[in-house]
Amino acid sequence: MKFDWHTVSTHIILILGAIFMTFPVWVAFMTSTHAPETILREGLQLLPGGHFFETYNEVLFVEGGVMKKVTAMQMTKNSLILGIGFAIGKVVISMLAAYAIVYFRFRLAAPLFWVIFMTLLLPLEVRIIPSYKVVADLGLLDTHTGLIIPLIASATGTFFFRQFFRSVPEELLEAARLDGAGAWRFFIDILVPLSKTMIAAILIIMFVVGWNQYLWPLIMTTKEENYTLVIGIKQIYQVIAEGGELPQFQKAFALTILATLPPVLVVLIFQNWFVKGLVESEK
Amino acid sequence: MARVDLKDVRKTYPNGAEAIRGVDMSIEDGEMIVFVGPSGCGKSTLLRMVAGLESVTGGDVEIDGRRINDVSPSERDVAMVFQNYALYPHMTVRGNMSYGLKNKGLPKSQIEAKVVEAAKMLRIDDYLDRQPQQLSGGQRQRVAMGRAIVREPKVFLFDEPLSNLDAKLRVQMRIEIKRLQRRMNVTSIYVTHDQTEAMTLADRLAVINEGRVEQMGAPMELYSNPATLFVASFIGAPAINLIPARFDGALQAGSMSLQGFSDLPTGVDLMLGIRPDVLTIREDGQFKMNVDLVEQHGGENLIYGSLDGVVDHEICLKSGQSVLPAIDDELTLGFDPATSFVFRTDTGERLK
Repeated sequence: MKFDWHTVSTHIILILGAIFMTFPVWVAFMTSTHAPETILREGLQLLPGGHFFETYNEVLFVEGGVMKKVTAMQMTKNSLILGIGFAIGKVVISMLAAYAIVYFRFRLAAPLFWVIFMTLLLPLEVRIIPSYKVVADLGLLDTHTGLIIPLIASATGTFFFRQFFRSVPEELLEAARLDGAGAWRFFIDILVPLSKTMIAAILIIMFVVGWNQYLWPLIMTTKEENYTLVIGIKQIYQVIAEGGELPQFQKAFALTILATLPPVLVVLIFQNWFVKGLVESEK
Repeated sequence: MARVDLKDVRKTYPNGAEAIRGVDMSIEDGEMIVFVGPSGCGKSTLLRMVAGLESVTGGDVEIDGRRINDVSPSERDVAMVFQNYALYPHMTVRGNMSYGLKNKGLPKSQIEAKVVEAAKMLRIDDYLDRQPQQLSGGQRQRVAMGRAIVREPKVFLFDEPLSNLDAKLRVQMRIEIKRLQRRMNVTSIYVTHDQTEAMTLADRLAVINEGRVEQMGAPMELYSNPATLFVASFIGAPAINLIPARFDGALQAGSMSLQGFSDLPTGVDLMLGIRPDVLTIREDGQFKMNVDLVEQHGGENLIYGSLDGVVDHEICLKSGQSVLPAIDDELTLGFDPATSFVFRTDTGERLK
C-alpha cells in the first residue's frame, strides 16, 4: 500500500487535538482514584490508583462524604431536574411562541418577534436581581419551580422554531384546514411531528446549557440539599482553597468527573439519532 | 352533488390590487369546469376563494344556494388537490387519507372502509402503510386525490394537480381524473394553465384573463367561436396565426390585399386570425410563405415560416405527414375567409 502523507498528517493532527482536549479530563479522573495523601505528596496523577470505589462511593452515597450533608447523588438529581425541566420548558415555550408569531396574523407579531429577538443581547446577569426579587416574593426560593421557571423563556429557541415553521410549506396548513383541523389540531398533529428533529436538537443543546447553569442556582438556593452539581464543585474547591482540613482533592476531582458525565452521555446517546434526523428531514 | 354559483365575486387585496374583478358563473351539478389562463390571471385565487382559503371581498359564493362566503373551509364540504400534493410527510398513506375523516369524528371502522375503497379505486391499496416520500410522483398524486375522494365532498377542487408530473404521466393521470370524475359524478373545478389539459378535461371551459372571465363555454365552442382576441390566442395548439391588418373594402395585411371580407370598420388596427389547420397549400392561395422550420409530430407536420409581404411575421401551418417541404421553399397558402376571425386590436373584440 502506498504511504499517504496526506492521510497520515491529518491523522496526526487529529490525534494531537484529541489528546490535547481529553488530557485534563484524564488527569482529573486518574487523580480522583488516589488517596488524598498521595496527591498532596506527589501532585497530579497520570496512572490509576487504588481508591476508585472508595472515593466514588463516599462522594455519591455517604452523607458528609463530600459536602457537610448532601451527597453527590442528591446534587445529580437536582441537576437533572434543572437540566430536563430547563430543556423541556424552553422547547414548549419557544415552540408556542414561534407558532403564534408565524401562523397567527396579529398586529404586533413582527415587533414582538424583534423584542424577543433583542433579549438575546441581554445575558441572565442583567435581570438577575429583578428575577430574584420576583421569585422571592412568590415564595419560590429554594424550590425546583423557582429554579426553572425564570429561565425557560428562550429567544434562541423561538428564533430557531420560527425559521423552521416558515420553511413548512403553506399548502400543508391549507390541506389541514380543509381536513377540518383547527389551530390546536394542526399544531399537535402536523407541526409537532414535523419538528421532531428540531425538538431533539434544541432539547440536547438546552439540556447541556441548563446543566451548566451556575449563577442562578447559586443565588437561588440556600439550603444544601438543593445544590446542583455545578454549585457543589464550586463549594468543594472553595473549601479546599480556604484550607483548614486535609484537602480532599480526589473528591473534588471525582465530583467534577461526575458532573461532566450526564451531558456527555446525552450527546453520545442522541447524536446518531440527531444526525440521522437532520439528514432525513431533507424532503 | 351540488351546484356552485359565483355572483359578481371580487377580490381586492388590502394594498388595493384587484385579483378578481367581478366573476359571474353557474356551475351545474356534476359538471367539470376548467379555469384556464396565463399565470397571474387570478384563476387560482378564484379557486381558493371557493375553497375558503382566500377571503371573498365582494359578491357571493354559493354552494347549493347556500352562501358560504364566511363558512370555514372544512365546513364547505369541498376537497382540494394541490399542485405539490401537500401530503403530510410524517403520516402513512392511510394516515393522510383518513386525517380529515378522523377530524370529523367518524368511527374507526367506517374510516377504514372508506379509505380502503378509495385506495382500491385509485390502485394505491398496496401502498397504504408507506410514507409519502417512499412513493413516486404519480402515486403521491393519487394519494392526494384519495384524500379528497374519501371525504365525499360536494365539490372537488384541483389546483394545477398535474404540473409536477412528467409529460407521459400527465397524460395518463389526465385521463384517469376525467374517468374518475365521470364515475363519481362530482361537481369539479380544475385550474390549469395548460390548454391541452383544459380542452380535454372540461365540460365547460372558463378562460380567465386579468381577473375576469373572458369567455365560458364548451371547449370546441371556444375553439371554433372565440369571443375575443385573447381567447383565440390562448386556446388551440399550435397557437392561432395572428396577422395585423387594416380594412378599406379589402383586408390589407402588409403588402397583401385579401378579398372576401366586408362590414369591417375602417381606420382602426385589426387582427386577422387563422387557425393553422384551416390553412392549406394551394396554387391560387392568398399568401406566400418561406419555410423556416418543419416540426414532425408523427401524424402531422407543423410548418413554420415567414409570411411574404408582412414584415417579420411568422405563421404556422398544420399539414399531413407527407407534406415535407425543404427549408427556404416557398409555399403558396390559401384559406377560406369564412373560417377566419377578425378582431379589433385595441379592445380585443371579435368583429367577424
